[in-house]
Amino acid sequence: MEVHVIGASTIRKEGRGKVMGSAAYADDVDLPGCLLGMTVRSRCARGVLKGITFLEGVPWDEITVVTAADIPGKNFVAGHVDDQPFLVPVGGAIAHAEQPVLLLAHADRAVAEKARRLVRLDVEELPPLLDIEEALACVRVIHGERNVLKEIRIAKGDPEPVFAAAAHVVEGVYRTGAQEQLYLEPNVMIGTVEHGPAGLEVTVSGSLQCPYYVHDAMKQLFGIPGERVRVVALEMGGAFGGKEDYPSVIAGHAALLALKSGRPVKIAYDREEDMAATTKRHPSRTRIRSAFDAQGRLLALDIDFALDGGAFTTLSPVVLSRGALHAAGVYRCPDVRILARAVATNTPPCGAFRGFGAPQSLFAIERHMDVCARRMGMDPVELRRLNVLRQGDTMATGQVMREDPGLEGLMDRAMAAIDYRALQKAYAVRNAWDDPVKRGVGLSVFMHGCGFTGSGEATMASVAGVEGRPDGTVAVLAASTEMGQGKNTVFCQIVAETLGLPVDMVDMAEVDTKYVPNSGPTVASRSTMVVGRILEDAARGLRLALVQGGFLAEPYDPEAFREAMRAAHLKLGSLKTYGQYRANPGFAWDDKTYRGDAYPNFSWACYAAAVAVDLVTFEVKVEDFATVQEVGRVVNPTLAAGQIQGGVAQGIGWGLWEEVTFREGRMANNQLTNYIIPTAADLPHIRVEFLEGGSPFGPGGAKGIGELPMDGPAPALLNALRDALGDLRLDEVPMTPERILNRLEEARHA
Amino acid sequence: MRAFLPDYAIQAPGTLDEALRMLAAEPGAWTPIAGGTDLMVLFNAGRLPGRRLLDLSRIYELRGIEDDPSRLSLGSLITYTELLEQRAVHQFFPNLVKSARATGALAIQNRGTLGGNIVNASPAADTPPSLLAYGAEVQLVSARGSRWVAYDAFHQGYKKMDLAPDELVARIRLPKPQGLGFHFYRKVGTRQAQAISKVCLAAYARIQDRVVTELRVGLGSVAPVPLRARRAEAAVVGRALDALPIEEARRAVLEDISPIDDIRASAHYRQVVTGNVLAQMLKELGAARTA
Repeated sequence: MEVHVIGASTIRKEGRGKVMGSAAYADDVDLPGCLLGMTVRSRCARGVLKGITFLEGVPWDEITVVTAADIPGKNFVAGHVDDQPFLVPVGGAIAHAEQPVLLLAHADRAVAEKARRLVRLDVEELPPLLDIEEALACVRVIHGERNVLKEIRIAKGDPEPVFAAAAHVVEGVYRTGAQEQLYLEPNVMIGTVEHGPAGLEVTVSGSLQCPYYVHDAMKQLFGIPGERVRVVALEMGGAFGGKEDYPSVIAGHAALLALKSGRPVKIAYDREEDMAATTKRHPSRTRIRSAFDAQGRLLALDIDFALDGGAFTTLSPVVLSRGALHAAGVYRCPDVRILARAVATNTPPCGAFRGFGAPQSLFAIERHMDVCARRMGMDPVELRRLNVLRQGDTMATGQVMREDPGLEGLMDRAMAAIDYRALQKAYAVRNAWDDPVKRGVGLSVFMHGCGFTGSGEATMASVAGVEGRPDGTVAVLAASTEMGQGKNTVFCQIVAETLGLPVDMVDMAEVDTKYVPNSGPTVASRSTMVVGRILEDAARGLRLALVQGGFLAEPYDPEAFREAMRAAHLKLGSLKTYGQYRANPGFAWDDKTYRGDAYPNFSWACYAAAVAVDLVTFEVKVEDFATVQEVGRVVNPTLAAGQIQGGVAQGIGWGLWEEVTFREGRMANNQLTNYIIPTAADLPHIRVEFLEGGSPFGPGGAKGIGELPMDGPAPALLNALRDALGDLRLDEVPMTPERILNRLEEARHA
Repeated sequence: MRAFLPDYAIQAPGTLDEALRMLAAEPGAWTPIAGGTDLMVLFNAGRLPGRRLLDLSRIYELRGIEDDPSRLSLGSLITYTELLEQRAVHQFFPNLVKSARATGALAIQNRGTLGGNIVNASPAADTPPSLLAYGAEVQLVSARGSRWVAYDAFHQGYKKMDLAPDELVARIRLPKPQGLGFHFYRKVGTRQAQAISKVCLAAYARIQDRVVTELRVGLGSVAPVPLRARRAEAAVVGRALDALPIEEARRAVLEDISPIDDIRASAHYRQVVTGNVLAQMLKELGAARTA
């Protein structure tokens, strides 16, 4: 029987529980005797902790208090570089204003909260370093010799002589702000510590994207081997990258309180704490210098890309890497130089957020191409057509386009979807009327590299598996987590397709490091493409084992498969097969020189936006939004369209409204009333078209889609604003009404 | 929740008399609470200063609507949702409908009250500009008696009101516009729903023989209090629709307001946009069809 599950909109596996309210999130879990934990934070952007005083007003003898002195292992959160302490020790340096100093726990959350307010920190304050330019100028040095957390250089040819001879040289500086992930469910972690025969046994469960990151962090914090650490990922109410590295911190805190109190401890951040203390998208500043010949062909690019990493290294090196690798955009260019730096500042560390550095650098290049076209008197669409990558071209790292990405076709489709040329004509007439509303249309063309950068996947060598259960159903064994993106459903579809079973016969095993192998973190648009492919192998292995073991004869129907698994179980006891990541043949990457194949493949897209600006209030309304993307193969059309629409909504928010306001290194608008994300009323109908080119690397030809939709909206919107408003300095996101007013006044006074 | 619940006490009197007696016995000790949509935000954040709450929700005297031929009187406990259900509000006070719809989310509209919106005294509240435009009066009651004050004299400074510690706002009274009228309401809040205003302008004008004979403009978020744009009004009253002094009014309104830089908008943005919205209102007024 032929069953086709890939390509069908099968129902979301965990959807019923979420809709019916029966899904249990971490804060719904009540453990007997559980204490509630609180975090006392530094409240000072830079300084030295001199001492801690406990004021009267709560029964301190009932309250568990943990300081850095209580840490059994290493006081560093495991990461690329061990520089972020779990707790600031007395005498230690304070590097940002939300740094955890002290932990409190009590059975009554209100008592713990009251106690939190009765802790006084004696701090010797030092002048802080608060933005990229100050950090690069070394106004003060807070990290290493020149405040640089990580530097990457990419070079292809030599752009310098080209600039001297080129017909056109255009320069620009572009900035993007921090952005809060704003998952619905704030961070929650539960820790328990038991004294086992071999020593401490640590279990943490909660809302987290990457179980094995937390696993590594607990091993180092407690100084115990991996088999005595257990991490369980519970139902998750969104993450978007925001639960990639910070859950390790909270898990450590909960487990430290559990160790000290001898009881389970839950730490649940409220929205204010979550917004203020946890990671954001890195603010960026990009300088681009570009050279063109007289016909508009791109000859050289010189890009200086800088990210604000915040106080500690955390994920900044890899965010920077992805940003640098996307900085030259989708254009063929013979001579390219990219200098990328992540700098340290005294702000809470930035982290992962859908797109991971690429939205920042793609905003700059896609906005810059529009600026260049207009500077040269060309149509921005035609300039792109002339310069987009085609088969055989090389990217900045020397990666050869083995296949044609079909970018002109994507542009044609997106322009047709929004009726680009007709809108342009109509707006040209209407914008001349005496009407305060001005309209414009713009587009962006971009890509997103799928999976980990360069050799990342090969180094991790992820493992995932499938288990034939005694009842004849199949369980998927992977540490990848469900954060709303649809991984549960898509993994089951891939396994069901490979085994020729209906999707109802396949389920996810609970994501518990005691039972599931390390399939890597749930990040980087890698789950479907990379882990899905491993699962395809594992499922083939299961079928092969059943056939070769004489339990199953091909062709078979689902009932025969069930029977075979029952029989195999009786004879073998357990039935699990695993697959492991295999490097793609012919692909090579050198991490030292940043040369080679940066990603196994890319998803490609063109997004077009139509906007209306009201010159009474300078408010922008997005009137139409068309997305066309080539993503290999769509595994589940409903979920894929949801990913695109959700990502576009976040991209629109980042482009127009979402502004993290820092005051003295602390987020001042850490409330939903003042941090403006779009509501349904602010969003247009978001059109979604997929082109399925197929890819040899993903399961059934699928590539990654999770981050792609975050990359394109901001430049498309600002290009459309340029079309509506004329020659303005539209070089920054979010382009809030205040900034539009400011730019209009600047243009008037110029 | 960051507040320490045992620190708080709440009493729920059954009648207005009882409530007023409690207020009179300990003036200033109580924080009256109705829908709680403002106070509970502070409570949740651990920043609610008043520790003794007087729950007004059972007091029937503070409810009810009286619809007279010449005016509409609303009990202070009327919710935004209830306002939206009143035919007379839709018929005579369309700006009030718009401001009720612009307030918070549906859940907030179901609980929040008109009286609460007034005494919370936020300069960014959405209904006060409409109440100012319609020449509202508020009735204040205490054990000492009752008095009516004009709403445009009620707010005296940031969170300062013509309201004694033993008084409650009992009713809000609005004269029904007579003759040919023009109504305008615009809230500028960055996003289309669930926003806190950065600038809010409500206006009501009476037109006779294509001349503006009466104009009231209420403004929000541009001063320490919701206030009337009296200088701008004066520039326009008595002028013909075909010759409204738009630029003069725009200059005048800047004298009326005193906006600040805060987390939601800059003072400069508020100045420019207040002028622009006023000009937009006057353009629409000038284009009003009178025949």
